[in-house]
Amino acid sequence: MALTQSLDAPKLYFQSRTRWRPVEIAFWLATLLPFALFPDYLILASQIAITALFALSLDLILGYAGIVSLGHAAFFGVGAYAAGLLSKYGWGEPITGLGAASLAAGIVGYATSFVICRFRHLALIMLTLGFGLMLEELANSAGWLTGGFDGLQGIDTWKLFGHFEFDLYGYVAYAYSLVVLFILFVFARRLIHSPFGLSLRGIRENYVRMPAIGAPSRAHIRTIYTISAAMAGIAGALLAQTTETLSLDSLGFERSAELLVILVLGGAGRLYGGLVGAVIYMIARDRFSGIEPQYWYFWIGVLLVTVVMVLPNGVLGGLAKLAARWSRA
Amino acid sequence: MTAPALSTRGLAKRFGSLVVAEDIAIELPAGVRYALIGPNGAGKTTLINLMTGMLRPDAGAIFLGPTDITALAPDERVRRGLVRTYQINSLFPHLTVLEAVTLVVCERRRVAQTWWWQLAAYSQEIDEAYEILNALTLGPVCHRVTRELPYGQQRLLEIALALATKPKVLLLDEPAAGVPREESKDLFAAIAGLSRDITVLFIEHDMDLVFRFASRVIVMVGGRVLVEGTPAEIAADPRVRAVYLGKARHDGALQRNLAGNAP
Repeated sequence: MALTQSLDAPKLYFQSRTRWRPVEIAFWLATLLPFALFPDYLILASQIAITALFALSLDLILGYAGIVSLGHAAFFGVGAYAAGLLSKYGWGEPITGLGAASLAAGIVGYATSFVICRFRHLALIMLTLGFGLMLEELANSAGWLTGGFDGLQGIDTWKLFGHFEFDLYGYVAYAYSLVVLFILFVFARRLIHSPFGLSLRGIRENYVRMPAIGAPSRAHIRTIYTISAAMAGIAGALLAQTTETLSLDSLGFERSAELLVILVLGGAGRLYGGLVGAVIYMIARDRFSGIEPQYWYFWIGVLLVTVVMVLPNGVLGGLAKLAARWSRA
Repeated sequence: MTAPALSTRGLAKRFGSLVVAEDIAIELPAGVRYALIGPNGAGKTTLINLMTGMLRPDAGAIFLGPTDITALAPDERVRRGLVRTYQINSLFPHLTVLEAVTLVVCERRRVAQTWWWQLAAYSQEIDEAYEILNALTLGPVCHRVTRELPYGQQRLLEIALALATKPKVLLLDEPAAGVPREESKDLFAAIAGLSRDITVLFIEHDMDLVFRFASRVIVMVGGRVLVEGTPAEIAADPRVRAVYLGKARHDGALQRNLAGNAP
């Protein structure tokens, strides 16, 4: 009896890691609260869900494979313009729009992944930054297609499932964004707990050792980079479809930098880090820009410096530490 | 006569004007325990780096069995059975011990590309990893996070990671480096207990361990192979004695050992 137990134990460990914890279920139930408590803020809630999805896509490459990117908005933008253009030129069905956006962003991600997988650290930051800038200027110069500096006009999103009209209060927008976020979160969560997810953590923990255990790191990086790009593209498409406006900001450098801030605030490599970071950042931005319309970036800066100094693993890292201390006491 | 498990021909490497390997031709027959010795800077680790593909040779060729592997990438060599460990621990600090070895087993069994099924479903892989850990006495600590392990157990994990690739040829770069003398004997006992299907080459400075665990010895000096033979032949070789006597001040312990083990 004792023997069979000890043989089962190793597997039980992996099973226990994949189980949904009560705090996770509570988190997802809490995402429904805005419908009841803050019906005036559903537009903001929808933007938070979209940003959370975008941050989740960055977490997959940064938090799990150690790929630092300062150009992730490129994929967000490709997805947004793919969905926006599709809608402008006659096909405004939202679900297929998401599919087209993920395909377009995934293809761009796959193409650039062949360069990305060969570099690490600072070189990688510069490469992703460079790709982002190139795409931003391409979109700017192709004004006939993208509307250039003036933004893309004439996006018309059809009813969801031919039934739910996107309303002014954001009921449908938030429900739609939230469901897409949840589905892709479940997908990301499965991926992290798969053998592939373990290999990604190996790459983050010791990139140099991976070839010495026979692991094709570059192939792994190409795969996760493509998946992450496709996910960012879906986030972009959600923004284009729910707001029906699109400007060059959506793929600019500032959005990439902002995203990195969000993930660092929340805590990278924890799946929920990007989600929590998005909630904190977007609400803080909403409040600060109301109080101090001109200088609100100052307060974002204060927030960032404080979190990095006090909680080096982000808000979630701090909470995890607190929980560990509590359970020990 | 079957092909040797691992062999090199005319292997050479230089960094600028510094020759780190020159005309190295060695043959490791299958199943043999080889020790690679030589003074510091003799090019022992460089030779391992060349054989495993971490460095590209300027000239020469490397064969795994009958196959020329000189042009293959390091991870491809590992998949074909040529595996190394590191003198300085190169582990996965935040993975648990079991996770780290399971990672290697999954890579070997080509399931590391799957991202839909959960790890817990791969019980064969997990069990195999656990068995490897048990064989190396790491079973009881398999859920510890790697960086929290005592140093001696980290050295064992270094070997466990290599074993999980199912090597044909295992190159151990000072497996007992930094381990207290008593523990290093246990460590080498574990190495001696490895299957005879595995050909082992280890770098070691402690001559006691070399003479106890190696069936043959290669001596390197200045990037070249000086001599190769049984431990007794090496201990009696005047050239080897000259090398170590000439460096008596640096390698006093080594020289004492060499003299002490002469038949």
